[in-house]
Amino acid sequence: MIAIMKRELSAYFRSPVGYVFIAVTFLCSGFFFWLFTLSVGGTDISSVFLGMFFAYMIFVPVLTMRLLADENKQKTDQLLLTSPISLIGLVAGKFLSAYIVFILGDIVMLSYGVVLSFFVTVNWALILGNFVALALIGAVFVSAGMFVSSLTESQMVAAIGSIAINVALFLMNVIASVIPVTFISDIIRSISIYDSYSEFTTGIFSLTGVVFFLSIAAVFLFFTVRVLERRRWA
Amino acid sequence: MIEVRNLTKSYGPKKAVNDISFKAEDGQVLGFLGPNGAGKSTTMNILTGYISSTSGQAFINGVDILEDPIKAKSFIGYLPEQPPLYYDMTVNEYLDFVYSLKKCKLPKKSHLNEICSIVKLDDVRKRLIKNLSKGYKQRVGFAQALVGNPKVLILDEPTVGLDPKQIIEIRTLIKRLGKNHTVILSSHILPEVQAVCDRIVVINKGRIVANDNADTLARNLSNDHKLIMHIEGSSDEIKKLLSSVTDVERVFVGRQIDERVWEYHVEAKEGVDVRRDIFKKLAARNYPVLMMKSNELSLEEVFLKLTTGDEYGGAEKIEDTYDMLTKGGEEK
Repeated sequence: MIAIMKRELSAYFRSPVGYVFIAVTFLCSGFFFWLFTLSVGGTDISSVFLGMFFAYMIFVPVLTMRLLADENKQKTDQLLLTSPISLIGLVAGKFLSAYIVFILGDIVMLSYGVVLSFFVTVNWALILGNFVALALIGAVFVSAGMFVSSLTESQMVAAIGSIAINVALFLMNVIASVIPVTFISDIIRSISIYDSYSEFTTGIFSLTGVVFFLSIAAVFLFFTVRVLERRRWA
Repeated sequence: MIEVRNLTKSYGPKKAVNDISFKAEDGQVLGFLGPNGAGKSTTMNILTGYISSTSGQAFINGVDILEDPIKAKSFIGYLPEQPPLYYDMTVNEYLDFVYSLKKCKLPKKSHLNEICSIVKLDDVRKRLIKNLSKGYKQRVGFAQALVGNPKVLILDEPTVGLDPKQIIEIRTLIKRLGKNHTVILSSHILPEVQAVCDRIVVINKGRIVANDNADTLARNLSNDHKLIMHIEGSSDEIKKLLSSVTDVERVFVGRQIDERVWEYHVEAKEGVDVRRDIFKKLAARNYPVLMMKSNELSLEEVFLKLTTGDEYGGAEKIEDTYDMLTKGGEEK
């Protein structure tokens, strides 16, 4: 697992992908910070984070599209799958490498709180709540992206597919609201990532929310392991 | 040691590998010979745990690859048909990665140095893999298989795409490694398998058609009693002369090579070497022999021979077609 993680991490920074992801994330969150707080003289940090929520729906797939699709294409999966490592270790290593790059881009958001603290008394609970929520959303997006990447040989397909999944996850509560059957709409609403996300942004640290996001991520990681395993049996 | 029992792999109704069994002992080089699409790569992918079999078992050093894949895989070094290389890494970085991926316990620096000198990679270790030539890429793939000094080496067409000098180097290397590893290599080139392997398994359309010692198989497949000759002189007289040699069964005249030079196909009784007699007869009558060689079997003929047991079956058809094409028209 460690070996895989190290290789993937170094691959991110051997190609422009890692740098571009971090740079664009910095740029984007900086822009939202200026737009929602500095330019209007406000302290609405939640909007900055929400803006990044949407940005990550598109950015994270770019980070994850390569993870397994490229292995499938270059046939390097033959090396990984015939090495004495477990599939879980392989998938976990890949996930961690992408997640570390994600966090490297995301962590800059905390500094906006520091900037604000020069002007006003900052509600750190709110900022940390937002930050944790976004970090959990990142875990969901990374695992979903990796899952789609395992299904295809094409990075393009992987990217578009994972954007679609991210948008679908986000729209769950909208879908739920148009379904007339309460029973079904309740189920769909319960897997809405946006509802759980917004709970955090009020500064409430919800354990249910943490478990919810981590289990969605775990489900996608599990699916990824299954996809790799299924290929063996096909 | 590798043991395969009744291995079958189906893709839908099609059986890529159909009920094959064989065994490779320690210190043995086993050659897997077959045309493209015979099931060689499929078998190797099953042996290495990349894909699973539909039924049957494969044991690597006594460990079932399906029961305990991680342990079984730790005995294997695998060079797939297309070397699994990360083009964005240098050779050193790549081998480091494989070293930790395989959880290798040997002293890292000296082990990797040793491997690189075995496969002659010393000069390119700091270069990016994507910038290497095909031959070097193949060697990096080979080096990767050797990391951790695995007991079993599985090599899928290791010499494809290499130049003749590299092919000889790789063959020598395989022979050397075969002394203390179990090696399985696949190929669709008969002389290659003959050159390096102790034992040959011939596979066609997913089935084993022969499984024998290299020497025995080579003897069975040899074709010394069939000669192709170029002789200068009147074709009618030479044909009569050749036919009169003891044990020669059939002679037919092929295409004209040059003015007064014709090609002759001579078939003697099986197992009889008539080359000396023919030479003496021709020399006595002053007919210069410009070329004489035994008619080697093509891989297709090998399969025909092994599958039908009728050695003329394929050859005759080929000669008939040949007659038609050249409009030689001579009766046999």
